[in-house]
Amino acid sequence: MYQFNHGYELLELTKKFNLPISQIVVLAEQEKTGEGLDTIFQKMRNNLKVMKEAINKGLNEDLKSVSGLSGGDAKKLYERIIIGNTLSCETMAKAAASALAVTEVNASMGKIVAAPTAGSSGVIPGALITVARKFGKSDDDMTRALFTATGIGIIIAKNATLSGAEGGCQAEVGSASAMAAAALVELMGGTPEQCLTAASFAIMNLLGLVCDPVAGLVEIPCEKRNALGALNAMICADFAIAGMDSVIPFDEVVEALYKVGKAIPYALRETAEGGLAKTPTGIRLKKEIFEKVERGD
Amino acid sequence: MREYSVFDIMGPVMIGPSSSHTAGAARLAKIARKIVDEDISEVEFVLYESFARTYRGHGTDKALVAGILGFDPDDEKLPHSFEIARQQGIKFKFTESDEESPHPNTVKMIITGKSGHKNSILGCSIGGGNVLLKEINGIEVEFTGEYETLITNHIDRPGIVANVTKIFADYKINIAFMRVYRHSKGDKAIMVIESDQKIPDAAKETIKNIDGILNAIIINPM
Repeated sequence: MYQFNHGYELLELTKKFNLPISQIVVLAEQEKTGEGLDTIFQKMRNNLKVMKEAINKGLNEDLKSVSGLSGGDAKKLYERIIIGNTLSCETMAKAAASALAVTEVNASMGKIVAAPTAGSSGVIPGALITVARKFGKSDDDMTRALFTATGIGIIIAKNATLSGAEGGCQAEVGSASAMAAAALVELMGGTPEQCLTAASFAIMNLLGLVCDPVAGLVEIPCEKRNALGALNAMICADFAIAGMDSVIPFDEVVEALYKVGKAIPYALRETAEGGLAKTPTGIRLKKEIFEKVERGD
Repeated sequence: MREYSVFDIMGPVMIGPSSSHTAGAARLAKIARKIVDEDISEVEFVLYESFARTYRGHGTDKALVAGILGFDPDDEKLPHSFEIARQQGIKFKFTESDEESPHPNTVKMIITGKSGHKNSILGCSIGGGNVLLKEINGIEVEFTGEYETLITNHIDRPGIVANVTKIFADYKINIAFMRVYRHSKGDKAIMVIESDQKIPDAAKETIKNIDGILNAIIINPM
């Protein structure tokens, strides 16, 4: 009764039952798994808890990734925010720092929520938790918004892909950004249509983004792209709430994401055989990292 | 069109950095530990393709040892698995293979128990933390560990499958999927039975007592 494969079906369900996207997603899950609404809600609340803990850890600790390639940048940016010296406004800078924080926790073998993947795990917590704090939203509000985000993620997974190996970074950070954008719109009281519009804008802005991790590790440039994905989500949520029209409907944007993903060459789909991974420095770093771990340093 | 649970998309909760190279690796080794069904003294991990090339940068090695210790993919002790294994006197080593494998992220775990008995288990990490077990002691199998799973070691002869399924019926447990694999006719065989319900220990013990059943273990879904 509550199942959906496409954006238009999700919108029809929200109209038919006069419910927000988050509620339709919870009811669909209950229908599919037979689990109680409370159990489902508590599981998502636990996801939120893990996200918050990862942000705190990344902003306040000097983290180093397993490879030694990255870490500690979230803390650097956070220190600038505390002095009040960032060029972006405080909310934007905090969202970027929080997204970075989660990805640095991920790269240092800390605990995160794959949202939707480990490589894009910073986007949704970075945008959602920062905006929710700014507007005094509760944990329940944020938990509901995570279901909204998941609804968008389910549609992308069914009709395109969430994997960098299949669709490039646009499928990971791009999808996470679309999920976050829709979550922000519902959090701020926007309509289900506006949620999908925000998600459309988010994908449109990142369409074609390649996956070219240095040494094949989820660090450079992935961590900074997570920060970009979080900020993009905020801008796109603002677009939608302001009443802008994405012109291309969400389901068509998702189809474009899939087709563009197919067209991205193999070297630029998580194989570390192109882009930044194949720059002279990228090649040198790869060699150094694997020699270093070889020696057990 | 594939069906997704909410928590396939927003999840899993895991120790980074990679769902396939870290979380999936931990799950594979945890399932292997269950299959071995005794205290472990030594493990050799043979790594293939992408696992062989990138296992150190992705913490695949630490995740595999963590799984052998029985840790879940979201256990914050996972990065410290080497020290913990050493404290418990478990020896481990990693070998990089250049042989072909069924999937880019494949590992063979050769596990020696305290009894001296050796088991060889091969599995693949197929993405998003999901895994596929492909071989137990040279016998090809295929299961995911996503369901409550009963695995038997038995002798390939008439009546055994009927006796096992009768016990499932007695305990009113519905069988979702069931497959039987064997070395050769009349030789050692493996039955893999997956269920949506919990399989009680009592049912497993009754199955173990069936003539021709050498062992039976239960793997709980993760």
